[in-house]
Amino acid sequence: MPYLGGEETVRELRRALSNPNVQSDPLRYRNTILKVIRTMSQGVDVSGLFSEMVKACATVDVVQKKLVYVFLCSYATLNPELSLLVINTLRKDCQDPNPMVRSLALRNMTNLRLPSLVEYVEQPLTAGLRDRAACVRRVAVLGWAKLHNLHPSSEIDAAVVNELYSLLRDPDPVVMVNCLRALEEILKEEGGIAINKPITHHLLNRLKECDIWGQSEVLRVLQRYRPQSEDELFDILSLLDSFLVSPHPPVMAATLSLFLSISSNLPVISLAALERVSGPLLAACGSGSREMRFAAVCHIQLLLRSVPGLLGPHYKRFFCGYAEPAYIKERKMQVLVELVNDENVAMILDELKGYCTDVNTDTAQAAISAIGRIGRSYSDRCLQILTGLLGLKQDHITSAVVQTMRDLVWVCPQCSDTVCLALDGCEETLQDIQGRQALLWLLGVYGERISTAPYTLEVLIDRVRSEASLGIKMELLTATMRLFLCRPAETQDMLGRLLHYCIEEETDMCVRDQALLYYRLLHCGIEKTREVLQGRRSDPSLGVLIGRPAKPVSQWARCFNTLEPLSQGAVEAESDSRGSPEHVTYNSKPNADLSDTLSCSHIEEVHSGSDSAMRCSDSSTNVLASSIAAPLSLSLSPAVSPEDFEHLWLQRQALHTERGNEMEGYIEN
Amino acid sequence: MISQVFILSSKGDHLIYKDFRGGAGNDIVSIFYEKVTALTGDQPPVVMNHKDIYFVHIRQGGLYWVATTTAGSSPFTITEFLNRLAALVKDYCGSLSEKSVQMNFALIYELLDEIVDYGYIQTTSSDVLKNFIQTEAVTSRPFSLFDLSNVGLFGAETQQSKVAPSSAATRPIQSSREQGGKSEIFVDVIERMTVVIGSNGLLMKADVEGEIRVKCYMPSCSEMRIGLNEEFSIGKSQLRGYGAAVRVDECSFHQAVRLDEFDSHRILRLCPSQGEQTVMQYQLSDDLPSALPFRLFPTIERDNGGSLSQELSSPDQSAELKPQSRAVVWKIARFAGGTQLSALFKLEVPSLSSASMLEVGPVGLSFELPKITATGLQIRFLRLSPIQPGPSQRWVRYVTHSDSYTIRI
Repeated sequence: MPYLGGEETVRELRRALSNPNVQSDPLRYRNTILKVIRTMSQGVDVSGLFSEMVKACATVDVVQKKLVYVFLCSYATLNPELSLLVINTLRKDCQDPNPMVRSLALRNMTNLRLPSLVEYVEQPLTAGLRDRAACVRRVAVLGWAKLHNLHPSSEIDAAVVNELYSLLRDPDPVVMVNCLRALEEILKEEGGIAINKPITHHLLNRLKECDIWGQSEVLRVLQRYRPQSEDELFDILSLLDSFLVSPHPPVMAATLSLFLSISSNLPVISLAALERVSGPLLAACGSGSREMRFAAVCHIQLLLRSVPGLLGPHYKRFFCGYAEPAYIKERKMQVLVELVNDENVAMILDELKGYCTDVNTDTAQAAISAIGRIGRSYSDRCLQILTGLLGLKQDHITSAVVQTMRDLVWVCPQCSDTVCLALDGCEETLQDIQGRQALLWLLGVYGERISTAPYTLEVLIDRVRSEASLGIKMELLTATMRLFLCRPAETQDMLGRLLHYCIEEETDMCVRDQALLYYRLLHCGIEKTREVLQGRRSDPSLGVLIGRPAKPVSQWARCFNTLEPLSQGAVEAESDSRGSPEHVTYNSKPNADLSDTLSCSHIEEVHSGSDSAMRCSDSSTNVLASSIAAPLSLSLSPAVSPEDFEHLWLQRQALHTERGNEMEGYIEN
Repeated sequence: MISQVFILSSKGDHLIYKDFRGGAGNDIVSIFYEKVTALTGDQPPVVMNHKDIYFVHIRQGGLYWVATTTAGSSPFTITEFLNRLAALVKDYCGSLSEKSVQMNFALIYELLDEIVDYGYIQTTSSDVLKNFIQTEAVTSRPFSLFDLSNVGLFGAETQQSKVAPSSAATRPIQSSREQGGKSEIFVDVIERMTVVIGSNGLLMKADVEGEIRVKCYMPSCSEMRIGLNEEFSIGKSQLRGYGAAVRVDECSFHQAVRLDEFDSHRILRLCPSQGEQTVMQYQLSDDLPSALPFRLFPTIERDNGGSLSQELSSPDQSAELKPQSRAVVWKIARFAGGTQLSALFKLEVPSLSSASMLEVGPVGLSFELPKITATGLQIRFLRLSPIQPGPSQRWVRYVTHSDSYTIRI
């Protein structure tokens, strides 16, 4: 952030630095240099002081040296010629009797990042590898990696590579780990350091000497190793067992990654490791650092994909604390949804109910949609809570509840009766677009059972002129058409008005085209219209699924202990609640692999059978019927009638333009 | 692998910026700050990416501690590293704040230089680092004994800023050299309680996360022995002694702790290094040995008429309505044991319906309880060997914090 007066400051600093009085007083000199560094870290460009700072480098004061090096390393690339002057001082320091000075000089020599200096640096680096002091060797080893990355094309001397390999046996554990790191970088083209049996065993035996950073590094590199025999594999696993339950999350996570990668074709071992690791992971979930908590919760979500029942008894650990930030609460609720079973459902729902009235609207909405997802298996209890929430007449809560109900009805059509009763009167509280869209969808699809549906629609149709949202208009058209099919007498007049408005007055092409399409469709006769508009009321493929099917560990093992689980996931859940349910499923269908879905639904059948007999019995016929039907309807090129296609296509178009409009509005704001 | 590390103030001022791998644009810090301030509520902030640069950050002491890295790095390692860095900065500078970081930037650069080389973490042990760190810390106020008379807790991190933790021992570890070798050691037992009490008054959940922290100001200390309660037991099956055992579910130790006497006599042996370290961590879920520290009996009545009012049971309390968080905050300066306090709040709610009663609650309590541990863990003795020459002081302190203490209504 450059601030005013930058140049003035630089000029003043230069005057002070070249003042002989300052230079003769070590304390004042050092303070002036401090000021330079301070200005630098505030973001002011002080590169103009380079030559003055080079002079300040020649000193016996280690603190001053360190400060000057901070400066030089930041600006050396801008002044390659002047940097040559420093190299002499640095080379002299490399001969210093004090190992700290030697390592400091060596480190900064390689940190200058100047390709032109490479020839001066190689000799001290080679000497550094054989230095008596471990701290110099540490620096020298990494120095070769830095040198290599300055000239990625040029080959590093094979002798150096050999020396680095032999330094893996260095008595200092940090030197050993640094050798690993350097070799990984230098030999990147060949796929990194060669991990063979002797190296692996050597590294494993010395693992205890390293600190947690070294351990996680070694464990990460060892992931490439493939044991030659089963005995060796088990030896390694039992050696690493204590690391699996390490109280340090980095070590625990790295060990689990290693377990998963070397025992990838022994699923039993992987599952046992997951169980073993759940203790330390839970401990990390209660860590004092909220970022660590977040990382742990995200990784637990990965584990649950494969072993859904893993943490069932510990569900209370995922209750949210009131001081926790919203992003952790949201993830914890996602975990709670996965952990629901017959014993704890009452407690979990009670807890989630408490979050629904949270001051933070995001948390409240996440809690409501979590209840909705539990509703897929325990619909009665959840609907009772959701209906109760409608009584609060809070607009964000009502909106979330209506959207949740829509999603629930799409998956569990048997809930529709309760939902239809509950919807009465909530149109007055609904404010936002998503909520009203959800309500319109429900009114259209279940219009014959909601007595007030035509009157609700009529109010909206009367106000359509002042309606700004495109999505609402499209949804309103479809809903009115659907309602017309089941209650023609009450709806005919208002449909006429709506179509007239949309065709004659509406300026947006999408709405107009949609209205025209419906108008022409009506000309084709009522049967044709019914065929097009009264599609499915529920998702036939999702109808079977209760909870998520258990996935093989290999599906996520690759991204365990990477940043991926922390940055994704929220997106996944979000897509559930966007737009009408049909859109979501049509979106996902082309992606779904046919054979994959087939196997999933079979696993699920078995799973749900064992999980809760009660749930199964009431929909068992359903389950069987649709599990057979589901794969059939999932053909990659679904047979869609031309009208249907056009209808869908228009809706998608509308969604796009609406999002586009939103984006534009966003940019303008 | 870490590409850059930087520390920003909450307003976005650059305090520290260190580039380990080179090649990053100068605007990377501003990109981060723009991203972090533009986040909406439902986006998790810990990891963000800009093209293929990933930012991992933590917030401590009101500062952003940021590391940039690649997608394949371990989130646990980077977060732990940033936490450790913050802890080291606290050890070396005395306290964590924008001011202390600003004043000690040279020291922090020096630390970073030794901790990380070329993006690889070299060491974070204060024993190793003390040989390399030359810069003296600058503190804003001189350390005085007066601070110590208030024996509370050093840097106990409370989630709630509402309760100010009593803070002694906020001084840099290195300044002990010039303070005439005043050697002190603090052993703290810190427990955080997470409690949920249902609307029917039943205990729904009670978790305790505890740790024993040692903060050492001794220039050299060969071995320390910490004796815990003899009847301390781990897990459900293993009960020792008679009567009320002190039990925890899980327990883990710092790797420097030697446990040869732990099984027989419950003694931890370790050689503490300078600075702060967590020696032991433990958890207990659900069955607490003692009664809960606080009970609350809420009643809600509907009242037509009257206006906003509050009645508190004693004058040293205060209460305030916070419209932004829609909460009434009732502050109690001091709460003696065995006593009862009451308060009556009257609020005006527009368009009150019977359903709005559902919106009342929960009640959250944040507190700091000195001299008490919820698990009953005690330190029997603390012995240093060999006996330190000159005056040395040993402090043992207990405190229980509320992590989240919720009472549903």
